[in-house]
Parts: sequence; structure tokens; C-alpha cells
Amino acid sequence: MFRNVAELVEQAEKENILISEVMIRQEMDVTEKTRKAVYTEMEKNLNVMEQAIEDSLKGVESVTGLTGGDAVLIQKYMKEKTPLSGNLMMDAVSKAMGTNEVNAAMGTICATPTAGSAGCVPGTLFAVKNQLNPTRDQMIRYLFTSGAFGFVVANNAFISGAAGGCQAEVGSAGAMASAAIVEMAGGTPQQSAEAFAMTLKNMLGLVCDPVAGLVEVPCVKRNAGGSSLAIVSADMALAGVTSRIPCDEVIGAMYRIGKTMPSTLRETGEGGLADTPTGRLLKEKIFGMSV
Amino acid sequence: MKFNSVFDIIGPVMIGPSSSHTAGAARIGKAARNLFGEEPTWARIYLYESFAKTYKGHGTDFALVGGLLGFETDDTRMSKALEIAKEKNMKVEFIEDSSAVDHPNTARLVIGNDQDEIELIGISIGGGKVEITELNGFALRLSGNHPAILIMHNDRFGAIASVTKILAKHEVNIGHMEVNRKDVGKEALMVIEVDQNVDDRVLHELDNAEHIIQISKIVS
Repeated sequence: MFRNVAELVEQAEKENILISEVMIRQEMDVTEKTRKAVYTEMEKNLNVMEQAIEDSLKGVESVTGLTGGDAVLIQKYMKEKTPLSGNLMMDAVSKAMGTNEVNAAMGTICATPTAGSAGCVPGTLFAVKNQLNPTRDQMIRYLFTSGAFGFVVANNAFISGAAGGCQAEVGSAGAMASAAIVEMAGGTPQQSAEAFAMTLKNMLGLVCDPVAGLVEVPCVKRNAGGSSLAIVSADMALAGVTSRIPCDEVIGAMYRIGKTMPSTLRETGEGGLADTPTGRLLKEKIFGMSV
Repeated sequence: MKFNSVFDIIGPVMIGPSSSHTAGAARIGKAARNLFGEEPTWARIYLYESFAKTYKGHGTDFALVGGLLGFETDDTRMSKALEIAKEKNMKVEFIEDSSAVDHPNTARLVIGNDQDEIELIGISIGGGKVEITELNGFALRLSGNHPAILIMHNDRFGAIASVTKILAKHEVNIGHMEVNRKDVGKEALMVIEVDQNVDDRVLHELDNAEHIIQISKIVS
């Protein structure tokens, strides 16, 4: 069983297998399930992700009216204009936001690793898919690679905003996506680790400050940040850029930062954006209408 | 390691909006229902820290009740759980408690019917994963990931042996076991995580063993 990213990469390199394969083998070992059973379970998650994106592109709105419809706006913009950051990037952003719009509207999603950060992994997957043309098998592997890195973070730090702030949620989710993109694009296990480290480094210190305590503002747009950063870091890693601070030490830094974060900035809806004049006003309006 | 499976990270499939405050809450409710052994007719639910501050926005209230009603995290009736409970005459009360707790997402549930009640503390540790950390005043650590048997017994010599003997006879393998007691010679609690769901025949036999007071099980 791997306990950290160094061991995960080492196992992959030693046996000359993909990160996703290390994760699949460990899962089979721990749960005593067959490869087919593990695959089928993951494919169900993939189907849920795909459905959530489809739902979002039809347009959704949350009960409060705070979020919804932005994924559709971006898709329309992509058809009518040429996005400055490129179609692939904006496609990922729109699908990541769309997934979280569905989540905020109390639709069905797959937590990756959490519900508030559920957009980064599927958003990037269903965008890079158009360029890399993966098989269904490779798309399922994308989720195992993401899961392998998330597994390390969950066991060595945290993945919930209440425990470690948004860096633990969208930070982890975006970083997991980076690692998976690298593998799908043909990068090495070590390059996956570099991409993961570079995304998480850029997310360190990010607080969890949901307006009215709802997983809407700023969560939906933070998934845009997480997914775009995921693609940038993946490209950097594939270009050969490395992180000066090793991946496991970045995770350690994230943990220590989260530990010192005050509770007002850990999903209590008391600080940060929640505590702005508009944030407070929205809260009053929403709970006035008894959601 | 707290997280054992890749599906703790990629998953669960759930109704939004929050994995720890909605899906995790539903799992705490479901664990409480399993431990009680049937659907309770009333529930008093104490919420702490992040749970207390944000439960309305996250739907922690309906998710906990959804769990008490036996809903899984992806049950589309989840957001209607409070109404459904009302139709079933389940009396539910929420209390925001400002006492200090170890984990930011903590709920204490007291549930029961006319005859019995149980009290437990559940924490939601992220990504929908939960732990039950206390049952009727006994500290424990139950993941809810594996099937488990919880045995309330008298703190006497031979009580543990009588239980493990029955499990061995039925070829039930023990994955993890802990025993806690409140005081020497008083009530104690055995928590036994097993590899497969335990059949009622075995439970019945355990129930009749010496020094056993009460048995409940968690099905996985």
C-alpha cells in the first residue's frame, strides 16, 4: 500500500506501470474485488459525471437563484467567438462549473473528492477528451489516477473545507485532475506528481468562505479556477517543468496551513466573501425566503 | 489510514450540495438507524461548529433525517426527507449546540421510539466519509465501511470469549475489534468489524450467550 506520492510513483516506476494501474491493483487487494468489479464501479461514477455535465449544458438554476446558467453562457461564447484562453480551456471551465451548478441545484453528482469540488476532475476530463481521443478504458483510468493522488491527500492531510479550507477541496481536486491529465497525455508518473504539486502550490492558503454557508458562491467559480490551473500545470509538467518543492512536502504544507486556519475561514460561512456587505445581504435575503 | 478505498475519493454518487454536510450527514443518519435496529419515531439532533452554522444551506437537516429514513446518499427523495418524516409522524428536533467538539462536522443524535432510545455521536470527515465516535456514552471508532456487530455486555470474565467462540463456530472472521467499558464490572461495549454481513441466526445465538445485554449490527 502506498502512503505518499513518492511511494506511489516508485511503485509505478519499479513495475513499469501507470499510476492508475497501481491504484486499481491496490483497490483489488484491499477490497478483494475482481478487476472487472472495480472497473464497473468506477464506470458508474464516470456515467454520473457525464450525465451531470449533460444536465448542466441544458441549463440549471439553484433553489436560491445564486448559481446556474454560467456553463451555458460559456458554451455559447465558445461557439460565437474565439476564447482568448482557447476552446479546450473554456470547455473544461464550463463543464467544471456546470457540474457544480448541478450540485448546487441538488442534482446528482459524483463527489471528487468532495461535492463542492466535484467539477475539476470531470470538467477537465470531458474537455481534454476532445483533443486526446481516449478510449472509455482510458477515461476510467483517468478517475483511478485522480483517485490515487486524492487518496494520499485524504490520508496525509484533509479533503474537506471544514477541516482545511478550500485548498483542501478545490486545491486537491484541481491537483488530482492535473496528475490525471498528464497520464492521459502520455506523461510519466513523475510528471503526474510534478503537475499535482504545481497546482496545489498555487492553491495553498485558499479559504472556504461560502456565502450564506451554501455550496454556491464562490464554490462554482472556484471549480473554474481549479480546472484551468489543472490544465496549465499539466502542460508545464509535460514540458518538463518540475516543482522545486517535492509533491509530498507541498501536501504537508497544505496540511499545516489548514491547521492554522481560523474556523471563520473553514466552511462556517462567517468570514471572507461570506462576510462582505453583499455576502451578508445575500444571506439575509436567502434565509428570509426560508430555503 | 482513515481512507482505504479509491471510492472514498472518487465517490459517492450523491445528491448535492455538500459531500460532508449532505452525503456524510445522510450516512450518519443511516448508521444511527442501523444501530437502533429500526426506524425511530422521534429524533433529537444536536449540531456543532460547521454543521451548526451551515446546516440549513447544506441540507444537513434533511440529509440526517433522510438517513434515519434509510435513504442512501443518491436517493432523489433526499431533499424531501423532512416532509416525508412528518408524513410518517417522525418527530424531529434540531438543536444548535455551541459546546466545543473535536471535529468541525459533528452531530449528536438521540433517537428512539416508545420503548428504547440510543445516543450517538457521528463526525463527517470529508468526501462523504463518516465515523461514529460514541454510542450510549462509549467511545468507539466505527467507519461504517465494514459490516459490524455491536454488543453491549456485562464487564465479566468470559464475555468476550463466549462471543468470539460463537463467531469462530460460524466461521465469521474478525477484521477489527475493540472493547470499552464505563467502569470496572459495569456495562461494556464490544465493537466487532467483520468481513461479511452476519446472519440473524448468529446474532440470535450471540444474544443468548452469557453476560450479553443487547446486540445491534451494521450492514455494509
